[in-house]
Amino acid sequence: MKGAKDCEGAPAVRRWSPLSIAAIGSLVALLALLAFGPAYLGSYLTDRLTTLFIYVIMASMWNALAGYGGLVSVGQQAFFGLGAYLAIRLSYAGVNVYLALVLAPLIVGLFSLPLSSFALRLRGGEFAIGMWVLAELAHLLVNLDGLVQGETGISLIAISAFAPDARRSYNYWLALGMMTLLVVLGFFLLRSRTGAAIQAIRDNEDAAASVGVRVFATKRLIFVLAAAGCAAAGSLMLSTLVSFQPKTYFSVQWTAYMLFMTLVGGLGTFEGPIVGAVLFFLVETMFADTGVWYLIGLGATALIFSLFVPRGIWGTISDRFGIQLMPVGYRLRFRVPSNAGATP
Amino acid sequence: MMFFDQILQGIFLGAYYALIACGLSFLFGVMRIINLAHGSIAVLSAFLVLSLAEHFGISPFFALLLAVPVMAAAGFVLQRTILERSLRSGPLTPLLSTFGLAVVLDNSMFQSFGANTRSLAPNIGDLSFAGWSGPGGIEVGQLAVLTLVVAVALLSGLQALLTYTPLGRAIRACAEDPETAELVGIDARHVYAAATAIALVTVAIAGTFLAMRSTFDPYTGPTQLIFAFEAIVIGGTGSLWGTLIGGIVLGVAQNLGSQVSPQGFLIGGHLAFLLVLAARFALAGRDWRGWFGVRSRAVA
Repeated sequence: MKGAKDCEGAPAVRRWSPLSIAAIGSLVALLALLAFGPAYLGSYLTDRLTTLFIYVIMASMWNALAGYGGLVSVGQQAFFGLGAYLAIRLSYAGVNVYLALVLAPLIVGLFSLPLSSFALRLRGGEFAIGMWVLAELAHLLVNLDGLVQGETGISLIAISAFAPDARRSYNYWLALGMMTLLVVLGFFLLRSRTGAAIQAIRDNEDAAASVGVRVFATKRLIFVLAAAGCAAAGSLMLSTLVSFQPKTYFSVQWTAYMLFMTLVGGLGTFEGPIVGAVLFFLVETMFADTGVWYLIGLGATALIFSLFVPRGIWGTISDRFGIQLMPVGYRLRFRVPSNAGATP
Repeated sequence: MMFFDQILQGIFLGAYYALIACGLSFLFGVMRIINLAHGSIAVLSAFLVLSLAEHFGISPFFALLLAVPVMAAAGFVLQRTILERSLRSGPLTPLLSTFGLAVVLDNSMFQSFGANTRSLAPNIGDLSFAGWSGPGGIEVGQLAVLTLVVAVALLSGLQALLTYTPLGRAIRACAEDPETAELVGIDARHVYAAATAIALVTVAIAGTFLAMRSTFDPYTGPTQLIFAFEAIVIGGTGSLWGTLIGGIVLGVAQNLGSQVSPQGFLIGGHLAFLLVLAARFALAGRDWRGWFGVRSRAVA
C-alpha cells in the first residue's frame, strides 16, 4: 500500500473523510454535552436517556456477535440476567453497590471465556438455540439460589441508601460511561488488525481462515465482549429498575429487542445498531402502551427488514451514498491524474 | 419400581418430543433451516384444532383431519413468502426471519385467544386419564401409548415417503444438492414448498397431542421449540429414528430430574442435552449418517 502514493493514477487508500471527521467531532461534543445531562435534563429525561444508553449497549453487542462474528444468538439474555444477578449477589455480600454494578459484567465476561470453548463449537442454528438453552439453564440455576427466592425475586436494597436524585444521576453517568467505553472499545477494536480479521470473518469465514485469520480466537474475543456487554446492560437495567425478578431478566424478549434494533439499524455496520437503538427508543416511547400490538409490530418489522432490507436503514444509506461516519474500514479512491493526457 | 416407572413415563413423554421434533428435523434435513417459529406454529395448530373442535362440537381427532390441509397450505405459504427469500440471503437470514415470525405469532395468539391456559383434555373424554395397570402399581396411560404409536407411525411414514415415493427421492436430491437436482429436472422451489407443507402437517399432529396431554397458552411455543431442538441434537442432527431416541433420552432425563427437585425436570433435560453435546465434541471428527443416507454437511 505504501507504494501507491508514488504512482499517479493509483487508488488512494484512506480511512477518514471530512464528513467522518465532522461526525466524530460532533459526537464527542454531544457526549460532552450529555455528560452534564443530569444538570439540565430533569428527572424524566435523565431516566429515559439512561434507558437509551442501555439499548445502545445491547444493540451494539448483539451486532458485534451477529453482524461481525456471524453468530446469531437467541440467548444473550443469559448474560443480561447473570449481570443483574451477580450485581445483586455482590451487593448482598457487602460490596459497595455501584462497585458491584461495575464488577458484575467483568465477572460474567471472565465466566464466558470457558463457556465460549463450548458454545463456539456450535454452528448456525445450533448456536442460536444452544445459547437459548444455556440462558434457560442459567435462569433455572439462579432460581435455585435461596437469596433470589425463586420467581418472587429480590431488590437491590443497598441502592436506596442514595437519595433518588443522586441515584438517578449516578445511574445515568454509569450508563453513559459504560456505553461510551464499549462503543469506543468496539471502534478501536474494529479499526485494529483484529478488526480486519473480524470483518474478514463476517464476509466469508472459510476464506478468512484460508488467508491465515485465527477464526476461533477472533470469534472468542467477540463472544466474550458481547457477553460482558450484555451483562453490563443487565446490571445497568437493575440499577434503574432496582427489583430483580429472574423471569424478567432472563426473558427472551431482550434478544427480540436486540434483534429488532440491529436489523432495523443495519446488521454488520458500526453505526447501524446505534441508529436502531434510537429508533427503538422512540418507538417504545410512543407505542409501548399499546401492549401486545406493539410487540407484534416489532416482530413484523424485524421479519420485514430481514427479508427486504437486510442491510437495515443505516446500511442502505451507507451503501447508496458511500457514507461512513465512524470509519472502521478502508476506502479506495481512484484519482484522476492531474496531468491527464500527457504521457508519463 | 419407582425408578422403573419414571423411566417408563419418560419414554412416553419422549414419544411426544419425537412428534414435535420430527417436523423441525425434517425441515433442517431438507433445507438446512432451523425454524425458530416451529414451537409457535405447533401452538398455533393447537389453537386451530381446539377452535374447530369447540366450534363444530367434534372430536379433536376429526378436527385434526380438518386442520391438516390448512396447515399444509400454511406450510406452502410459509415457504413461498419467508423461507425461500431467507434462503437466498445467506445462512443467518432464516434465523432472523423465523425468530421475527415467532414473535409475531406468539403475540398475535395472545391478542386473539387471551392469556388463559387451554387444553383439549376435556374434549377427549376418558382418553385423557384412562390407562392400564401393570404389576407393581405401574400405570400406563392410554393417551401416552397412543402418542408413542402415532410417533412411530409418523416417523415410519416419513421414512417410507423419503425412500419409496418420487417426491421423497426429489426431496433427498434437493437435500443433497439443490443445484444438481435442478439440472436433472427437479424444481427445487416446488420440492421445498412440498417439504415445508409436510413438516407443518407433522407440526399440526404434534400440536394436537400437546393440547390433549397438557395445557398450553400463547407463549408455550418457545419451550416446545427448545424441547424439539434438544431431542434432535441428542438423537443426532438429521437422523429420523435418532429423533425418537433423542426424545426418549430427553423425556427420561426430565422425569429423573423431577425426582431430585421441582426445577429438576427442566434442569435434567438441559443437562442431558449439554452432556450429549460435550460427548459429540469429544468424538468430533466422526460424522453422523443422516436419515437421508448422506453425510451431514456442516451448517454455516
